[in-house]
Amino acid sequence: MSDTSLSRGARWFQALAGQSRSAAPVLSADAPLVDETARFITVVPDPGNRFPRATENVVGLEQGWQLARAVREAIADDAAGNVRRPIVAIVDVRSQAYGYREEMLGIHLACAAAVDAYASARDAGHPVIALIVGPAMSGAFLAHGYQANRIVALDAPGTMVHAMGKEAAARVTRRTVEALDALGETIVPMSYSMASFAKLGLLDQLIEGVDADAPDAAQIARVQQVLREQIRSAREGSRKLARRLESAAAQKHRAASIEVRRRLAEQWDAV
Amino acid sequence: MSALATPHAAPLLRESFIELPARERARSLLDAGSFRELLGPFDRIESPWLPLQGVVCQADDGCVIARGTIDGEPAVVAAIESAFQGGSIGEVSGSKIAAALELALRDCERGKIVRPVVLFETGGVRLQEANLGLAVIAEIQAAIVALRRHVPVVGVIAGMVGCFGGMSLAAALCSYLVMTRQGRLGMNGPEVIEQEAGIDELDASDRRRVWQLIGGEQRVASSLADQLVDDDAQAVRAAVQSAFGQGVPAAHRSEQVDTFLQRLARIDPASVTPASMREAFSEQFAHSQPRKEQA
Repeated sequence: MSDTSLSRGARWFQALAGQSRSAAPVLSADAPLVDETARFITVVPDPGNRFPRATENVVGLEQGWQLARAVREAIADDAAGNVRRPIVAIVDVRSQAYGYREEMLGIHLACAAAVDAYASARDAGHPVIALIVGPAMSGAFLAHGYQANRIVALDAPGTMVHAMGKEAAARVTRRTVEALDALGETIVPMSYSMASFAKLGLLDQLIEGVDADAPDAAQIARVQQVLREQIRSAREGSRKLARRLESAAAQKHRAASIEVRRRLAEQWDAV
Repeated sequence: MSALATPHAAPLLRESFIELPARERARSLLDAGSFRELLGPFDRIESPWLPLQGVVCQADDGCVIARGTIDGEPAVVAAIESAFQGGSIGEVSGSKIAAALELALRDCERGKIVRPVVLFETGGVRLQEANLGLAVIAEIQAAIVALRRHVPVVGVIAGMVGCFGGMSLAAALCSYLVMTRQGRLGMNGPEVIEQEAGIDELDASDRRRVWQLIGGEQRVASSLADQLVDDDAQAVRAAVQSAFGQGVPAAHRSEQVDTFLQRLARIDPASVTPASMREAFSEQFAHSQPRKEQA
């Protein structure tokens, strides 16, 4: 744990999964998690990547398709057995890759392939857990984490969920970064903080007191325990994302999402 | 009675699909007389977040959900209205699409097939509703993946806004994509790429280069979309009907992991062009591996 050059995603992958079976940019391995074996998957920087716009911890063309492959391998391996192994997406993705070649070669489809794989794993009965250890941004989070049965995050500087990077969002909405932060205080979905994300009913657990950059053995064990509990809960609960609307937090801050579903259902069949 | 109200009555002249607002687009895809809007403007479910930021709401939040029939079969159309906030996805507009797809899934699971169509016309997440826009897009995506096991999910990208951001992933999850030459499909819009990567990466004002990159003709030629149609309401309607006629594909595009990894491996990033990638992505290669890769 002494290599300070490791990205958050790489550091937590090493802590939870050890050696990867695949090289950067997508690491994946099966490793023991308390009393069973889970598949861990993360996206890490890849300075030598042949796509020059996808050298950081972003989701580009190869990242998207390789994420899909890592997930689908686990689905295929377990298809004939009784146990669907848990899949843990370690999330540390700053954005999707922004580039000319990326658009040309269908980055939207590469990211969709990852969405498809995670959603299919969840539907097939794999408990899918997203562990946010860094930024979980926009299309990159859609591709890697947002299809999970459960979402947990470290309560640490640098963990955040948002639809657009702060600087870019400030530019587009013609606000200063400070004004944007102030807005997030009153308008919950505009906030970048994990606490606000939790208010929307989207975060299942905020893990406090863990050093995200240099966790000690006790902290790693605690994160493993949290993952284990979330896996158990996911196995017992519904496989559908509709459960995100059931919490008290969602009833309060996603009232419109719930109202739309209720009234659309009423009108669905003509009377 | 306006001409719009009876779009299927012996069209001697071609009727532009692009010029139709979302409600009339949905009507034109459904069998004549079968259109029934759900959660319409009179239900007044508006964005709870826009007024807090001084933005005027629209009574349908820029999304029209309509039930009816397509070729006599029960159907639901979700049509995004580009004239409101650029078709951006907020909590309400996105939840309307997700809920419609979830209800179609419920019916399909009970053995009652409902044909779902999504008319994409969107820049992606509505920034004033940021995290909730992203959350509902994840829910739309989950619903498409589950639903298309029962029935094809058909997407249409007619233009002029196109389909970008998280909704471009939703479009890519559809069983079949119908596009016009005026439609564009990409994850990051040209302006976003220029802003994030610089003008050397892409000059967003170079319209020709942009259309060659992400326009409907290129997307269909490179098998990233399925049918290219003229800007003609009858042609779009026929393409949607024909897509449902094809049934659920053996392997959806987004499931063909090995195929696309092989295609990418054949690409030289330094020299690839929109013209050269057409060959590498052509259907010949797609059908060399017809097996269903889903477990």
